[in-house]
Amino acid sequence: MINAWEVGTMVAVVAGVVGFFVVLRGSAFPAHAIPNGAFAGAAGANLMGISPLLGLGAFSLLGAVAIGTLGRRTRSDVATALVLVLMLALGAAFLSQSTEYEPQIFSLLFGEILGVSTSQLTPVLIIGAVCILATFAMFRQLMLTCLVPDIAHSKGLRPAVVDLMFLVIVAGATTMTVPVVGALLIFTLMIGPPAAARCLTHRPGVAMALSVAISVSVVWAAIASSFQSNWPVGFFVGVFSAAWYGVARLAHTALRARRTTLATAISYTAAS
Amino acid sequence: MTTTPANSTRAPVLEFDDVSLAFGSRRILDHVSFEIRAGEFTGLIGSNGVGKTTLLKVILGTQRIQSGDIRINGTKRTARLRSVGYVPQKVSIDADVPIRSRDFVALGLDAHRFGLRRRTTEDRRRVDELLEAVDATSFADARLGDLSGGEQQRVLIAHALVSEPSLLLLDEPLANLDPRSVQEIVALLHNIAATRDVAVFLSAHEMNALLPVMDRIVYLTGGRAASGTTDEVVRSDVLSALYGHHVDVLQLHGRVLVVAEPGTTTDHLPSHETLKVD
Ligand SMILES: Nc1ncnc2c1ncn2[C@@H]1O[C@H](COP(=O)(O)OP(=O)(O)O)[C@@H](O)[C@H]1O
Ligand SMILES: [Mg+2]
Repeated sequence: MINAWEVGTMVAVVAGVVGFFVVLRGSAFPAHAIPNGAFAGAAGANLMGISPLLGLGAFSLLGAVAIGTLGRRTRSDVATALVLVLMLALGAAFLSQSTEYEPQIFSLLFGEILGVSTSQLTPVLIIGAVCILATFAMFRQLMLTCLVPDIAHSKGLRPAVVDLMFLVIVAGATTMTVPVVGALLIFTLMIGPPAAARCLTHRPGVAMALSVAISVSVVWAAIASSFQSNWPVGFFVGVFSAAWYGVARLAHTALRARRTTLATAISYTAAS
Repeated sequence: MTTTPANSTRAPVLEFDDVSLAFGSRRILDHVSFEIRAGEFTGLIGSNGVGKTTLLKVILGTQRIQSGDIRINGTKRTARLRSVGYVPQKVSIDADVPIRSRDFVALGLDAHRFGLRRRTTEDRRRVDELLEAVDATSFADARLGDLSGGEQQRVLIAHALVSEPSLLLLDEPLANLDPRSVQEIVALLHNIAATRDVAVFLSAHEMNALLPVMDRIVYLTGGRAASGTTDEVVRSDVLSALYGHHVDVLQLHGRVLVVAEPGTTTDHLPSHETLKVD
């Protein structure tokens, strides 16, 4: 068995980096749909007796490409919902054929941070590293296309293509993290910490660094609490992520209120 | 308001040569030709829906044309990416995105490329210089999404200029601004055209705010365009020929009023400056 701290940290870093753009680009729904759909792929792979990682990879990639290409033609939330429903239906079919499914479902949905096998470690590491490098390589393009797509387009970037490439990165992050933290938790981890981070700073680089730091802190605290209490890691990841977001949001509002008061005071002084 | 001899002898930054474009049966550009020169401020004037945004997208290469030629700095559009700056119509910046004005301006240098190339001291100096040029230094470190429309407009202009383009396109940058911001932005753009050797090409459905600074005008209606200095174009005979029926051009208190005769429709005249005499 591999050290839960090491695996958890790896997952947290990838979630913090990729999740930063999931939140900025408003891709929370695809980021929810891809892992949940991919879970169906893992169930299928299980049934066929092949590595669940292959099933996860295939389904999350298919899901990402389907959402990215369909989303161009119809409203993207509709496309995402349809892809999700289709993949879940397949998942239900696969599970109905499987005999010993209950523990399997549980670990795919909620992860098995303490039960990751050594053979899974290398592919998980490689996929995670590729996702992080790809996100850094596209950092400025992702930023510009989400802020002003028309300007990006005028510089030869195609917003729809950038979108699709980003969804493929999300699919990669999903594939590496679902076996460890499960489909539901990776979603939590990709949303909570980055959403908290963007409240705390105006600087994009700092915000991404904070996103990673918060994500790692959430995972560590969750593992420690789980050891202490015997409650599932997932419970704590969800609670701590939400708590971080709540605190950051309050800090953001307070800071803004203070800044406004200050600005008003200055303009009064200047006027008098 | 006339072209200086120094300018007229220089090669044009942008040339439209017999350009045509239709959406289905609807002709947006019908054999349109005009030129734009460096150091000049050119207004693209036409009422809503006449095709101003489409024309600007043609220049950017994001909208195909059916026939004709477009040259930027004398060459066909292939090498356009760095030579054109663009401020689109109706930009709405998400206030949740953590990015400062200066970060956004810096994106104008390198956002089209892959990788996180380290920005040099020279890059930072250029960003600072542009923030100063558009009078945005005081909110350089503020979150872009928190700024007012006029402030964001300045940052967008700095972003468009930071890669030192020879042509700056702005799509209705004055719509949705209060009158004071309109004056400030117009003065700023005029100054930029004059001092930076940039051709400024700005679309608007209302020309009066631009009259004091506009060197040239491209007046678009019904797919056809009249172009020249403002004095050459904003005349009764020229606009009547363009509209295909008689219109009068009245000058009142430094403002221009385009007036159609009774019985003709004024739907296609630029709004706010038209008057129908019944
Ligand atoms: N891709 C398109 N396909 C079909 N019609 C279009 C397209 N883009 C614009 N139009 C139409 O062309 C006309 C000109 O649009 P536009 O260039 O946006 O006008 P303006 O910017 O002057 O208000 C409008 O009637 C618009 O509906
Ligand atoms: Mg328009």
